[in-house]
Amino acid sequence: MIGIAKSMARTFQVFLRGPVTRNYPDYHKPIPETDRAFPLLLWDTEIDEPFCTGCHACERACPVECMTVLMKDNPNHKSLDGTSSRRKIIDKFWIDYARCMRCNICVEVCNFDAIAMNNTWEGHETSVYDRKDLVMDLQQLLSQSRDGNINEWVPVLGQTNEEINEKPEATDESKSSEG
Amino acid sequence: MVEIVTQSNVSAGDFETQDLLLNVGPQHPSTHGVFRMVMTVDGELVKDVIPYIGYLHRGAEKLCETMDFRQGIGFMDRTEYLAAFNAELSYVMAVEALADLEVPERAQWIRMILIELNRLSSHFMFMGAFGVDTGVFGTPFIYAWRERETLIDLFEEVSGDRMMYAYFRPGGVAWDVPVNFVERVNEVLQSAEQGISDFDSLLTENEIFVARTHGVGAISAERAIALGMSGPSLRASGVDMDIRRDQPYLKYDQLDWDVVTGEYGDVFDRYYCRLLEMRESVKIIRQCLDHLKAGPILPEKMPRMLRTPPGEVYVRTEAPRGEYGVYMVSRGGNRPHRLKVRSSCLSNLQALTELTVGQYVADAIIILGSIDIVLSEVDR
Repeated sequence: MIGIAKSMARTFQVFLRGPVTRNYPDYHKPIPETDRAFPLLLWDTEIDEPFCTGCHACERACPVECMTVLMKDNPNHKSLDGTSSRRKIIDKFWIDYARCMRCNICVEVCNFDAIAMNNTWEGHETSVYDRKDLVMDLQQLLSQSRDGNINEWVPVLGQTNEEINEKPEATDESKSSEG
Repeated sequence: MVEIVTQSNVSAGDFETQDLLLNVGPQHPSTHGVFRMVMTVDGELVKDVIPYIGYLHRGAEKLCETMDFRQGIGFMDRTEYLAAFNAELSYVMAVEALADLEVPERAQWIRMILIELNRLSSHFMFMGAFGVDTGVFGTPFIYAWRERETLIDLFEEVSGDRMMYAYFRPGGVAWDVPVNFVERVNEVLQSAEQGISDFDSLLTENEIFVARTHGVGAISAERAIALGMSGPSLRASGVDMDIRRDQPYLKYDQLDWDVVTGEYGDVFDRYYCRLLEMRESVKIIRQCLDHLKAGPILPEKMPRMLRTPPGEVYVRTEAPRGEYGVYMVSRGGNRPHRLKVRSSCLSNLQALTELTVGQYVADAIIILGSIDIVLSEVDR
């Protein structure tokens, strides 16, 4: 009987500790900066075109083959009186979010920092009625970065905190503490 | 001539009784996944149990043979989703042994902290699910989830994902931990210790729980070894065996901690071993935090595509459920020629028939729960 009384006492004690849950639709859990959802393409705001040159590096490295990449000659290249230094640029890009396993490999192999894992994703954004709606095309992949709705976090393999702190501009590490 | 059978001529023993085939699963909440067992029951007593596995088979080992070493890490996560850091660790340690890579100090300590935290979260999961199995509906389950949530939040801050981390790399870890990592781990440990003591008073000291679990599904040390059990399920039978101490990997030999063993090998001992093991894990993590110094987290010269010389290696680590081994054969090149995962859950599951026969039907569920299987690891 003593044990059962102790159990009940502990239950009441926990009752007084206060809630650990949130009223979900009103209050969202802060997402850490390092959070990894599905890959997105990034937009170069200076030249107003995507960073991606369609080099197929991510497509080849993807373990689940969820990407399809097609490149084209850049119509905005300097040789054609444009402003961009990219000779080739992405033409069509599909990522099948239903296949993606969010392993971060595409971000690591990208030579142009053109792809990043979405760290604003709360879990309901990709709710669709049809599975084929999860195949994202170039416009959908770029739109979030073009609108500036992403604070992209592109980790460099093997970079330590000390090396990050040596660079003056990267000081937003503390953001990941709020989770 | 009609023979008249009167009441006095018949005793209960003269009625013919039939055994009943009782199918449990594959879609059954108490089988912890997609696991099916066909029980032959005589009234309330179990006479035979046939486990059927393979409903969650995805061929992860074979898939990994078509993947290079970096791509395989993601699949290893999915072989054991409740302790993915441990699964990753065995894989990357096998690659490191083949490629003869030196892991930097800091990366080793980060790995130690993360796999021990993962052990905590996995055991919390066990506590909650086991409480539901024994009929303590709700309360421990919710308490376990509360503690596991804080741990998983920390994993998300470190690795970016809540369950499929893909954070360890051959040679170290992928990127550095957040700058406030040590404070966060201390916070989480404090709440975890509180959670462990919650379970002590909720379950361990509760007479009803003890009466329900004591003496049920006992297995002797000899039989447990013969059936190939490992981990807390084996130590509950009194076998003093822990790979972390016997074949130390990472930095376990530099730390001060104890191997927890049980006595009778019954359901209660298997539960209590895990609970005590969690306290040891907290102790280990506290010591690791003192050793965590700044430094590199990957070797200086890492090739873009890692290739290993030909060879074969078997690496075993102590995962929360037992020995998680990876046997890897390389014929040179950037992918394993053959990969075999020695799953602790599959081996522990061998004991199910022996544990359950002769027990009551209601006990079969808590015996299955006490082995703590993860079906993704059984089937791979």
